[in-house]
Amino acid sequence: MKILVAIKRVVDYNVRVRVKSDGSGVETEGVKMSINPFDEIALEEALRMREAGKAEEVIAVSIGGDEVQQQLRTALAMGADRAVQVSSATAVQPLTAARVFKALVDKEEPGIVFLGKQAIDDDCNQTGQMLAALWDRPQATFASKVEIDGDKAKVAREVDAGLETLEIDLPAVMTSDLRLNEPRFVKLPDIMKAKRKPLETLAFDDLGIEASVDHETVAWEPPPKRGGGIKVESVPELVTTLKDRGLL
Amino acid sequence: MTKILIIAEHDGETLDSATAKTVSGALPMGAEATDVVVFAASAAAVAKQAAALAGVDRVLTVEGDDFAHPTAARLAPEVAALASDYSHVLAPSTTFGKDLLPRAAALLGVNQVSDIMEVIDARTFKRPIYAGNAIVTVKVPDESKVVATIRTASFAAAKEGGEAAIESRDPQASDPGHTRFVGVEGSTSEGPDLASAPRVVSGGRALGSSDNFDIIYALAKSMGAAVGASRAAVDAGYVPNELQVGQTGKIIAPDLYFAIGISGAIQHLTGIKDAGTIVAINKDGDAPIFEIADIGLVGDLFEIVPELEKAVS
Repeated sequence: MKILVAIKRVVDYNVRVRVKSDGSGVETEGVKMSINPFDEIALEEALRMREAGKAEEVIAVSIGGDEVQQQLRTALAMGADRAVQVSSATAVQPLTAARVFKALVDKEEPGIVFLGKQAIDDDCNQTGQMLAALWDRPQATFASKVEIDGDKAKVAREVDAGLETLEIDLPAVMTSDLRLNEPRFVKLPDIMKAKRKPLETLAFDDLGIEASVDHETVAWEPPPKRGGGIKVESVPELVTTLKDRGLL
Repeated sequence: MTKILIIAEHDGETLDSATAKTVSGALPMGAEATDVVVFAASAAAVAKQAAALAGVDRVLTVEGDDFAHPTAARLAPEVAALASDYSHVLAPSTTFGKDLLPRAAALLGVNQVSDIMEVIDARTFKRPIYAGNAIVTVKVPDESKVVATIRTASFAAAKEGGEAAIESRDPQASDPGHTRFVGVEGSTSEGPDLASAPRVVSGGRALGSSDNFDIIYALAKSMGAAVGASRAAVDAGYVPNELQVGQTGKIIAPDLYFAIGISGAIQHLTGIKDAGTIVAINKDGDAPIFEIADIGLVGDLFEIVPELEKAVS
């Protein structure tokens, strides 16, 4: 079985993102970029499946300009067997990303496509579900535990009510939640080895993809600030303050 | 013409308050008609509750045995089929809505607007990106159907007082069979529901252990509050994940929020920005949580929390 893993290049999760002063976007110049943390978890799970003998090949896929090759090399250093860059000069929205993955599914015929549940830049949380629709296959989103059993999988999902378990037939789409696993650290020799692993670049035309009609972002602004807080010195003062404000 | 269809969230008996908040999110879109659809094995009780919400014109019920625990794969084609009569399809931005609606959007050939926090007009919305560190205004092109989830923390629940008609519809698709519901393990925590509780007491990594978290549970109990936690506390295994408050957990808007031993990582602050009053208790006076707290108390939580519990009991 092959596993396709989505790898999105995003602003590192430790960076405090700021809106540009002219409101034309967010400041990304000179900012550290990383693999979307949820995608890293998805990749880790795929690698563990391969190591457990449940899969033969793990393919890391990213959509974007040549800069995404950095994140694909990191994915290869973590252990992916090969990588595919689908070239795009501009950021794509979820439906187009899903169409790209659908085209790759037709080409590679994987047993699982594993994506992060959301990317921490646009916070859309859509691509996996959309791919499952276009592919007409099961989706197990927000996965916190996956057990593969032949051509089926049992997936525990993080839902508002607690943990839901689904049994799905493969092939299927899965999206990772935070607690699925803790991704491994990349070791230096693996970084060297990753340089020799295959990285293929494809154009939208090669896949016969048309970009979908996109939503237009017309303004960026910083979030409204909370402020005017006070400090109290003791528990009695805290209780009095809360009572004065009618909160206790 | 704006015609809105809202997908009801429920447990088979009770309409989730997230649906009433979604109705409030739909109101400023100025629709000619706002309908709610209830997919259920037996829809009558839930439909009645939906019909009582002010602002709802019509409730559609779609019943079938396979809607007892429906999956996104089962429901998305139903939603897509109903959508032909509507310009807008909305669902709450809960795990239910997040799972289902993008699948329906893809069947309809459109992108989704995720987590609407403010409605400018029927096609223009504000939504958070980068964990709420930026707010974007997004416009859906005229030729596209609007498929969107509503950030429930941004809208108050619609009041009762409506008298919508209830109409039955037949299912349009069948169960694909490839996705089977096995079960759901409910939250192990006692007390009010974290997502909708008016008071929430959250603990962070500074609690240091699962056992120490007992003082958070005790304080919460003494004031009838729900218990929450930071991602760090969840990651450390002190509490189960369904208590997580923040960008990757629950986004909540209680009247009163206690952040105890929580430093205030961006991802946590995103989850509590809409809270009425935020109280922070932390031994580090420079912790970022104090920048957004309305009331701060610097000190040792292991002394403060039991004292506070005694004072409010």
